[in-house]
Amino acid sequence: MNQVDVRNWGRREFLTASGLALASAPAVGLAKSVEMPFANGVRPLVKFPQKREMILLTTRPPQLETPFEVFNQGLITPNDAFFVRYHLSGLPDAVDPARFRLKIGGHVGKLLELSLASLKRDFAVQEIVAVNQCSGNSRGFVEPRVGGGQLGNGAMGNARWRGVSLKALLDRAGVREGARQVTFNGLDNPPLDVIPDFVKALDLDHARDGEVMVAFQMNGQDLPYLNGYPLRLIVPGHYGTYWVKHLNEITVVDAQFDGYWMKTAYRIPDNDCNCLVPGQKLEKTRPIGRFNVRSFVTSHADGAKVAAGRPVELRGIAFAGGSNIARVLVSADGGQTWQEARLGEDLGRYSFREWRLGVDLQRGSHAIMVRAMTADGETQPLEQRWQPAGYMRNVVEKLKLEVA
Amino acid sequence: MRRAPIILVSAAALLSTALAAKPVTFTAPEETTPAELADAESEVVRNNCSTCHSLEYIVTQPRGKGAQFWKDSVAKMINIYKAPVEPGDAEAVAAVLAKKFG
Repeated sequence: MNQVDVRNWGRREFLTASGLALASAPAVGLAKSVEMPFANGVRPLVKFPQKREMILLTTRPPQLETPFEVFNQGLITPNDAFFVRYHLSGLPDAVDPARFRLKIGGHVGKLLELSLASLKRDFAVQEIVAVNQCSGNSRGFVEPRVGGGQLGNGAMGNARWRGVSLKALLDRAGVREGARQVTFNGLDNPPLDVIPDFVKALDLDHARDGEVMVAFQMNGQDLPYLNGYPLRLIVPGHYGTYWVKHLNEITVVDAQFDGYWMKTAYRIPDNDCNCLVPGQKLEKTRPIGRFNVRSFVTSHADGAKVAAGRPVELRGIAFAGGSNIARVLVSADGGQTWQEARLGEDLGRYSFREWRLGVDLQRGSHAIMVRAMTADGETQPLEQRWQPAGYMRNVVEKLKLEVA
Repeated sequence: MRRAPIILVSAAALLSTALAAKPVTFTAPEETTPAELADAESEVVRNNCSTCHSLEYIVTQPRGKGAQFWKDSVAKMINIYKAPVEPGDAEAVAAVLAKKFG
């Protein structure tokens, strides 16, 4: 297995004489690609509308991963580098902001049909900095390997979202007695009518917590089309599956919603570790929910070479599902001893948090590990916790530095 | 220190975002057929699978998972996602994928 790390692709990218032959395109040019550090990990780099060069997982529906080096360039992930994940390929060809309406109906006193102008004018606007992360981020590293989108670590991003709280919208519509859940649907559709539409649900209390919001801006701009223009649901601390894009239907229901994307898909083992022994039968499950805690080194890629004789400045990010990052510990000896890193600016408990640590390293090879802990006491496991769908990977990351 | 994550924004800050009411359109880049699925044997794969998704989904899956992995994948597409694949084609698709990637 080739160990070239995609996080370093800026320097190590290589040109292939298109391993992905363009059967349907007339001219086969030189396509740029990267190799993720797992087997069968070669991926093209492509440009989609409003996006910079991203790592292509699939063209239809669009699935794009953020090149990892972006996470070392600032705590906020730029819109044009933010990852993209759709399930179903029936994307709308166009969205007309003048005609767009957000419907809030179901078990409510009054059906609302809101224009974008009304949403921005008639409700209090709020902002939050929050990480969005795909449930299957890092699936390609899971061992034994599992089917699904074979992602590296770039299906995550941190943005400043601006919009209206879902609570305010539900209050305006008037939730009726007996309501239990709220469902969310977007303009994107299945490619065939028989395929279950992508609809997600939150419990009513969660939907009304004041933090869940309907966002119309991301980092001060309209949402990029591929990140859900004109509106998307923001569910801080929760996996991206709930962050419904092109959101145009909010429905209050008086029962447990049993659509495919809640009842069958995105289920995790309902046990203490949310994990199974590989091969063990998945029996009791529950819908995936909050992120577990994670941390990464962003300053150096696996296998990076650094000069001896001066401290090595390590830097990275940590985040969790709603509890503040309390500590980040770094080991430069493969986990035998740990040092406390300095934490950077606090952009809120749903944001990436920067960490930094200078370490003195002798010449030779060093195994660097990083482990975050939350204020609630959650910490990253030293051994991977395996799920059959490859969700929620958060094992302590390890990389090698060569000091010479 | 636990900082309140939500910040209320003043109405004045919104004036700059006033309506630019032009439709936003989207056209995906041209789709390509991976070399591994471009041969004659793979025609049944191209014809059936690409109804719903581009073929990178297939070739990026882990290799060496065995024929059952591909049978299960095809069965999932048909039984759960209701992909309209004839039974004979379903077997043929699973067999080609198992041979190439199993």
